[in-house]
Amino acid sequence: MKLIVNACPRDIEGKTLGAALAELGFEAQATATALNGVFVPREARAGTQLNDGDRLEVLAPMQGG
Amino acid sequence: MLTLYGKTLTSRLMLGTAQYPSPKILTEAIAASGTEVITVSLRRETAEGSGAGFWDILRESGAHILPNTAGCHSAQEAVTTARMARELFGTNWIKLEVIGDSDTLQPDVFGLVEAAEILCADGFEVFPYTTDDLVVGARLVAAGCRVLMPWGAPIGSGQGLRNPEALRTMRAHFPDIPLVVDAGIGRPSDACAAMELGMDAVLLNTAVARAGDPVTMARAMAGAIEAGRAGFEANPMERRDMAVPSTPLLGLAELA
Repeated sequence: MKLIVNACPRDIEGKTLGAALAELGFEAQATATALNGVFVPREARAGTQLNDGDRLEVLAPMQGG
Repeated sequence: MLTLYGKTLTSRLMLGTAQYPSPKILTEAIAASGTEVITVSLRRETAEGSGAGFWDILRESGAHILPNTAGCHSAQEAVTTARMARELFGTNWIKLEVIGDSDTLQPDVFGLVEAAEILCADGFEVFPYTTDDLVVGARLVAAGCRVLMPWGAPIGSGQGLRNPEALRTMRAHFPDIPLVVDAGIGRPSDACAAMELGMDAVLLNTAVARAGDPVTMARAMAGAIEAGRAGFEANPMERRDMAVPSTPLLGLAELA
């Protein structure tokens, strides 16, 4: 299915958020996720089903003021 | 001593981590400032793991982490960002920014109060970046905020305190709420002036990060904030319109 990952279109085989993150190579990093603008806690990733066209944001710690 | 949401701090300087010339200078500036609170953000991750080195700097600083919601223009975006930050940084602290105007980065105080109500009810300890408006401050306190962070001037402008009288009024109006001047500080004298007004702390970033020598400026800001606080506690003399001789007139010789 097609997802928009951090604003880039990606083809993903996994059906869950957990599977998609592994496929995208984000598994090892400290990240937080939001699906269609809603926060998805780490423990809920494996059980969160994805749909075609979903918008996924994967965020990491960054410098800030 | 300053207590923010149950955490006692000896330093009254809170420091941002953005825009430094290098990670090494950031690390040295944090140390030179003596800060115990550093602000951080969240941005899109790459598969290569762009955030990893920064993580180490945060951990090694030993400071409390205050994540922000910078760049959010609605309550909904800010709430989602805050929840992501809580998981990532393992803290209930959130520097809540809801921006209402792209040119001045002025807070959208309506969205700010809305987001503060949601986040306080959800167990967050909210540090709202707000204006110096008393009514908005009262709404934020009613929402559950136990710290207010009025702006000194627009973010990154370095203009200093645009409206010191409004900050003085805020101090009088909220005697028991810690007030942190956030944004607009350019020089050590600005930070000192904020502290002399009775503010509890100063949060700044660009003034240190964009100085020619950020490490020396971090030290200068720390000294200015300490001096300003001591000046406030010492209760300064009243201003006078006319000169009053400080040397006694009694016993003055007649030499004319």
